[in-house]
Amino acid sequence: MPANRFNGFKDYGVGIGLRVPHYRHILEKKPVVDWFEIISENYMVDAGRPLSVLDNILEQYRVVQHGVSMYFGSAEPHSREHLRRLKELVRRTKTPWLSDHLCWGSVDGTYTHDLLPMPYTFEAARLTAEKIRQAQDFLEVPIAVENVSSYAEFHVSQMTEWEFLNEVVEHADCGILLDVNNIYVSSQNHNFDPHIYVNSVPAERVAQIHIAGHSRFEKYILDTHDHPVLDPVWALYARAIERCGPTATLLEWDDSIPSFEEVHAEALKANRYLKSQTETPALAVTA
Amino acid sequence: MNAPELHALQQRMAAAVMRPLTREEQMRRRDEQGQSIADEASAFIKPNDRLSSFERLEIYNRQYWFRLFSSFEEDFPGLKSIVGTRRFERLMRAYLEAHPSRSFTLRNLGSSLVAWLEKNPEYTHPKTGDAIAMAALEWAHIEAFDNERRAPLSTNEIAALDDTSRLELQPYLRLVEAPSAVDDALIAIRDASQGAGPQASNAMQIHLVRSVRSRKPAPGKIYLAIHRHEDSVYYKRLSREDYLLLRAFERGASLGEAIEAAFAHSTLSESDRANQIQSTFHYLMQMGWLCTPRMMESQ
Repeated sequence: MPANRFNGFKDYGVGIGLRVPHYRHILEKKPVVDWFEIISENYMVDAGRPLSVLDNILEQYRVVQHGVSMYFGSAEPHSREHLRRLKELVRRTKTPWLSDHLCWGSVDGTYTHDLLPMPYTFEAARLTAEKIRQAQDFLEVPIAVENVSSYAEFHVSQMTEWEFLNEVVEHADCGILLDVNNIYVSSQNHNFDPHIYVNSVPAERVAQIHIAGHSRFEKYILDTHDHPVLDPVWALYARAIERCGPTATLLEWDDSIPSFEEVHAEALKANRYLKSQTETPALAVTA
Repeated sequence: MNAPELHALQQRMAAAVMRPLTREEQMRRRDEQGQSIADEASAFIKPNDRLSSFERLEIYNRQYWFRLFSSFEEDFPGLKSIVGTRRFERLMRAYLEAHPSRSFTLRNLGSSLVAWLEKNPEYTHPKTGDAIAMAALEWAHIEAFDNERRAPLSTNEIAALDDTSRLELQPYLRLVEAPSAVDDALIAIRDASQGAGPQASNAMQIHLVRSVRSRKPAPGKIYLAIHRHEDSVYYKRLSREDYLLLRAFERGASLGEAIEAAFAHSTLSESDRANQIQSTFHYLMQMGWLCTPRMMESQ
């Protein structure tokens, strides 16, 4: 299960996000890390320090690209310039797969820089899947789409979020980046059982898993990526690993970022679940 | 829901998400036409047992503005220092309303700021000159940090230049003319806020051995080249003549025209001019700031 056609048949372990405050530590201390995830947009530049650092990292580590502005669900067509720059980066990093979010965020060329929720309709799923296929064809690398945290739902929705995700990935024939923290956050904001979500995802399409922390407010939960992973999220992760097998896992920590050691130690807690699964076969059948 | 309907829904939600907040950082109750935003939110967003449609939409509305404010403030601390916190807030909101992001990256959020400040001096009066120069320096810093580096002209190519030759500057090289020492002021601000980090300029290093600099730019015209060397951004002060020479190249002037522009109204003697040209070209060659025009390169 861990290596499948949606993650370039790579058997990656536990990674962390490559973030600026950790650059110096990583380059000087060269810590042992299974892999790093980079935010593609931070390196879609012409030259300079971001690319120099990336090239240094690429010499020593495995890197996977994760994007935040492909906006597969935006009704407008892909930006050719964006795709061109992204492909240049794909060639540079040789990322075995590439992920971005199942959301929208731009309209008529104006960007909100947010991951806005989709209306869960059959037509929106078809249009989104078509854009994923176009990107996949152009970039020539497997794409995995990530479920987002959301704070609003639309009247026009015709299905649940997980049904929408399944509809999209089947039509696009793409992978899933399953973010179990996002599932938990959305379940609390929309009153559904997060385990039903995890149990409903086609396990054979899961290319990667995200874990992260969140913040609880009086009436809702916000996906803040500024805390350690909380117990209910670990429980969802355990179930996801039980279904999917030991899958490439990435801890996201993007705000109030602590030391490299602290972030890495938090990420490595995932091994408790991954290692138990290497001894027990996954429940789902590999595609 | 077909494609046009999806597009219409996204336009509707984006308009609500990008609508300016109240002074208390809340979502507005009425839109520009006086229509109820609670009614608008209810039309397409479901409420739940804890939040109304309005409150759910407001989460996105606030996140949108907080993200933009944070990015803009991070990019323009020098401008904030010149105009003051309260005026900067007003300026920032007005600019971002006029120029929402048109790029996939927030890096480009301030790309229209200098032109906007020139058209809207009321936001910076009476410090408009310093404010525009500081904004230009801060935007130049962003461009110098990661703009393309092209193959520079070789020694042989420079030796073969004549009066009709046309040259281009490296894309990472930016020029700024300022009525005051905005470079010193910006270095002091960055130094105070984050210390001498890996993106520090050469002037930053100078700062470490000088006495404490004022964050208020000292009056006196300066000419700056903002450039990148070994992945660090540097602010290099230029002579007026060198600045005008580079500006002329930037405009597409030939070598002969650029030299003429550089020494228009110059107080230098003929022999000093010859010496200056020689030393300037030696420096430009060392720095690799000159390139063949793209049009000629493709030929």
